[in-house]
Amino acid sequence: MKVTIVDYNSGNISSVINSFKEVAKDKVNIDVTSDLGKIKSSDKLVLPGQGSFKSCVDALNKIDGLTETLNEFAINDKKTLLGICVGLQMFADVGYEETETKGLGWISGRVSKIDNQNGKYKLPHIGWNQINIVKDSKIFKDIKNNSHVYFVHSYEFVPNDNSVIAATTDYSSNIVCSVEKENIFGTQFHPEKSDKIGLKIIDNFINL
Amino acid sequence: MLKNRIIPCLDVKNGRVVKGINFVDLKDAGDPVEQAKIYSDGGADEICFLDITASNENRDTIYNVVERTSKNCFVPLTVGGGVRSIDDINKLLNCGADKVSINTAAVENPKVVLDSSKKFGSQCIVVAIDAKKNGDKWEIFTHGGRKNSGLDALEYAKKMEDSGAGELLVTSMDRDGTQIGYDVDLMNKIASKVNIPLIASGGVGNLDHLVDGIKLGNASAVLAASIFHYGKHSVQEAKEYLDSKGIPVRI
Repeated sequence: MKVTIVDYNSGNISSVINSFKEVAKDKVNIDVTSDLGKIKSSDKLVLPGQGSFKSCVDALNKIDGLTETLNEFAINDKKTLLGICVGLQMFADVGYEETETKGLGWISGRVSKIDNQNGKYKLPHIGWNQINIVKDSKIFKDIKNNSHVYFVHSYEFVPNDNSVIAATTDYSSNIVCSVEKENIFGTQFHPEKSDKIGLKIIDNFINL
Repeated sequence: MLKNRIIPCLDVKNGRVVKGINFVDLKDAGDPVEQAKIYSDGGADEICFLDITASNENRDTIYNVVERTSKNCFVPLTVGGGVRSIDDINKLLNCGADKVSINTAAVENPKVVLDSSKKFGSQCIVVAIDAKKNGDKWEIFTHGGRKNSGLDALEYAKKMEDSGAGELLVTSMDRDGTQIGYDVDLMNKIASKVNIPLIASGGVGNLDHLVDGIKLGNASAVLAASIFHYGKHSVQEAKEYLDSKGIPVRI
């Protein structure tokens, strides 16, 4: 099996690479590339993303044919894909960070700033928070409800259809922190920085 | 519920830990990677390296340390000390650091905070503030606490938030190394002034000081060095203590 981490200059992905390699050991081939041919021939994709929604969408669009290739992979071929942080946020129709920006439109919804209740809550939402698993998602196999994972974000994905929500976390309100729609998986938190729990989630994804 | 974080900090010089955990079963007590691993296995919420390498020719030693650590520790890693340019930040992130902390360079050239947070995202830009009390205000010091910039700490903290810092690491120069506790007055004043998380640093001598940093200082995270060294307290002990005082921690 070949798992590819899509490298589209979306910021720092060293930790994503390190964690996937740690879990995969020698059993699974982990590729890191923006090469369209290699992406197409992968069994699974990981779409990381750091920085702003707009900067990540811009970075995707800078690579000729990448968005089309991702669409083909996830929507037409229905192959398994995991979005992390802004990688998940880009599934939405639209994001409002910096300026209104069109997303990939894979899961209907929008990405807007977390309501900090007039300064009552600090932003970014940084640190370890608990996940409330609301759907029996395959990436949470053997993960206990209320496990701690690591977050860093100021924006949240608000899907139109609640049935895609796999887990939420409590910060100011119930923030969507994981989604699953058929072959498309996403985590707002960083499994690559979430210690043993995070490595288990990565392992679950690799073993899907 | 979001938890308060405990962050052990290791001073690294020429690629070696200067002060560290002194456990008998350590293969190499000076190896930052092994020490970081002990902390992360013990429940540290993040790891912080402060590079205190003085000479320029040994500057590159930190990159190798960061690279090896990030392959062994799967909690966030922050690296500070001598971070001066976008290029320095880029190199550290590429080696596997998750955040960098910028101190002197942010005072001398605030644009570096603006530019780096735009380029890499606020989530990886920590601005380190070294402050010392002068009358009824606090002033910012640079160059490892040797040089007084004359800047007001509260105004500076706000300016750094506006420039795109994701977090502030605030060290009281009056308390650093004293083990008499954080300057909770300073922490609380800055925490009330900004809307980004504050990491308190400088002066921890016992576990109650960690509690004070969070309860009185309003810090989101507490950083400590010496209490975790030489096995005085483990991170796990610290967490259990905070938990017993009603502070939400990841256990």
